[in-house]
Amino acid sequence: MIAIDHVTKRFGERLALDEVTFEIGGGRLTGFVGANGAGKTTTMRVILGLLRPDSGGVTLDGRAVTPGDRRRFGYMPEERGLYPKMKVAEQIEYLGRLRGLTKVAAAGATAELLARLELDARANDTVESLSLGNQQRAQIAAALVHDPEVLILDEPFSGLDPLAVDAVVGVLQERAARGVPVLFSSHQLELVERLCDDLVIISAGTIRAAGAAERLRTDNSTPAWELLTGEDSGWLRAEPGVLVREFGAGWALFEADEATAQRILRSAVGRGSVVSFTRSRPSLAQIFTEVVK
Amino acid sequence: MSTSPLSFWSSVGLVADREIRAKLRSKAFVISALILVLGVLASIVIGSIASQNTSDIPVAVVQGTPDVLGGVDGVDATTVGSTGEAEQLVRDKKVDAALVPDSGQLGYRVIALDSTPDTLVSLLSVRPAVDLLEPAPTNELLVYLVALGFGLIFFVSAITFGATIAQSVVEEKQTRVVELLISAIPARALLAGKVIGNSVLALAQIVVIAIVATAALALTGQQNLLTSLGPSVLWFIAFFAVGFVLLAAIFAASAALVSRQEDVGSVTSPVTMLVMIPYFLIVFFNDNELVLGIMSYVPFSAPVGMPMRIFLGTAQWWEPLLSLAIVVATTAGAVLLGARIYENSLLRMGGRVKLGDAIRG
Repeated sequence: MIAIDHVTKRFGERLALDEVTFEIGGGRLTGFVGANGAGKTTTMRVILGLLRPDSGGVTLDGRAVTPGDRRRFGYMPEERGLYPKMKVAEQIEYLGRLRGLTKVAAAGATAELLARLELDARANDTVESLSLGNQQRAQIAAALVHDPEVLILDEPFSGLDPLAVDAVVGVLQERAARGVPVLFSSHQLELVERLCDDLVIISAGTIRAAGAAERLRTDNSTPAWELLTGEDSGWLRAEPGVLVREFGAGWALFEADEATAQRILRSAVGRGSVVSFTRSRPSLAQIFTEVVK
Repeated sequence: MSTSPLSFWSSVGLVADREIRAKLRSKAFVISALILVLGVLASIVIGSIASQNTSDIPVAVVQGTPDVLGGVDGVDATTVGSTGEAEQLVRDKKVDAALVPDSGQLGYRVIALDSTPDTLVSLLSVRPAVDLLEPAPTNELLVYLVALGFGLIFFVSAITFGATIAQSVVEEKQTRVVELLISAIPARALLAGKVIGNSVLALAQIVVIAIVATAALALTGQQNLLTSLGPSVLWFIAFFAVGFVLLAAIFAASAALVSRQEDVGSVTSPVTMLVMIPYFLIVFFNDNELVLGIMSYVPFSAPVGMPMRIFLGTAQWWEPLLSLAIVVATTAGAVLLGARIYENSLLRMGGRVKLGDAIRG
């Protein structure tokens, strides 16, 4: 587990990170969301040791992270970078060897990853000759080649087509399943919502919310319910403890506490057929807007 | 799969290895290196041919002219029947001059086309014996050519490989590969790998040139020149090996201050000047003891200045050692300062990093 502990970083006058504290659990996909300039990239660079925080620190399983630990981290920077004139496979092997793999191990891992990311046909092409999407896949391979113990990915999905997204998601989930802590930032909130076990929301250098995605949903929204019946649902408005948000013919969205909701369900069943009764879950976009406000 | 902690020097080795491979794969580099080697080869071969040609002046001699050419070297005489015939050969440019009978004191005169054939005239002249108290060790033209050779090879190699280092530093910054590299290995290992990789290539190029030049001199029968040049060439290589590391560290640190290829020129031009100055000094002042003496101790020009003095025979045996020690010490200082600037500027993207900020960190 990686813990970011009260990290503060200033660039001149500007306070980029203010007492940033959160955890990246082993075996969990943690989504890192925030507006542009909120501090995501700076936080990641601090975790990677590329920037020294003014105060606070980063721990791995309870002890301060060393350069030796960081060498076994996998990193995908936001601004993509590989040597344009180097061949894909050669480049990934090189980066693997810089992280301590032997020549043979680096070659093996590269071949396996490129096949996994469906890039093996382009292994001997130069990076500059690849399409942007394929360069992106190569970049992901570069982050994963040394089988990292921690994965920090800055916008890994930007610029990927849906098929490539699936391939990358598969690889990340597989790493997480092996117990690797994975942190990734993204602007694609639906994707984060679909993938993440944990969420960290940052705004203007401050962590606004962090924790299990499910808990954030419940914590940051009033319980709401959606009722679909064969009958008219106008009676709901008269019920005590119910605030109807929206309704139409045979459909209503209302706020109510758990007990009231159960009472309403029974009453709806009594009134006629109930097609569905579900807890309405706020989308991540809604939570994000709510939390950052 | 397990990763073992890499030592600093094995990281350096990996980086140096990549630099060398990338360079050898570049067609532009291979071609320009070949041109430089061929240039050296050609100048030696042409020099040798030219020196053989100057020795024989074709001269037509009319029968009956006093035998003044006997015992004179460097004249290729053709005997002809009449003055008219001799004149025709001169007009046809078959010969440079003709000796024809004359009623004057010498009994012959020289006919030439449009200018006095000074070389021939001086060969035929009676000259008093001259004793030189302090003979110049080698002729002036040769000194000039050797100076030009050392200066040009140093200049071209330093500029080529210095520019390569600068470009490769900025390429990594511009493409942001540097973030990946620095998250894996220390910045100092990256810098050391770059400097060593390019220094190895630059030195290899110099050694190849030296071998080609030696072989060419031996094959064209210029053993005398080879013997007198030998020691200075060896010193040149030794000085270049250290002096190039000095320049490489400065090139790398300067380039780290900017983030785009377009800006490389503006930060490396002061370093380029440092390389050009010794080149011009050696070309213009190769006969000036004082300038050469100073040049042979200033770290940036010592790789050219000291071998030149060794060639001229004006350096004491301990002088190259002292000068080399000065270059080594300067290089160590430049590498330390350069590493600091490099480390502190590497992740600063966008505008140009101020030198003061880069040193303070």
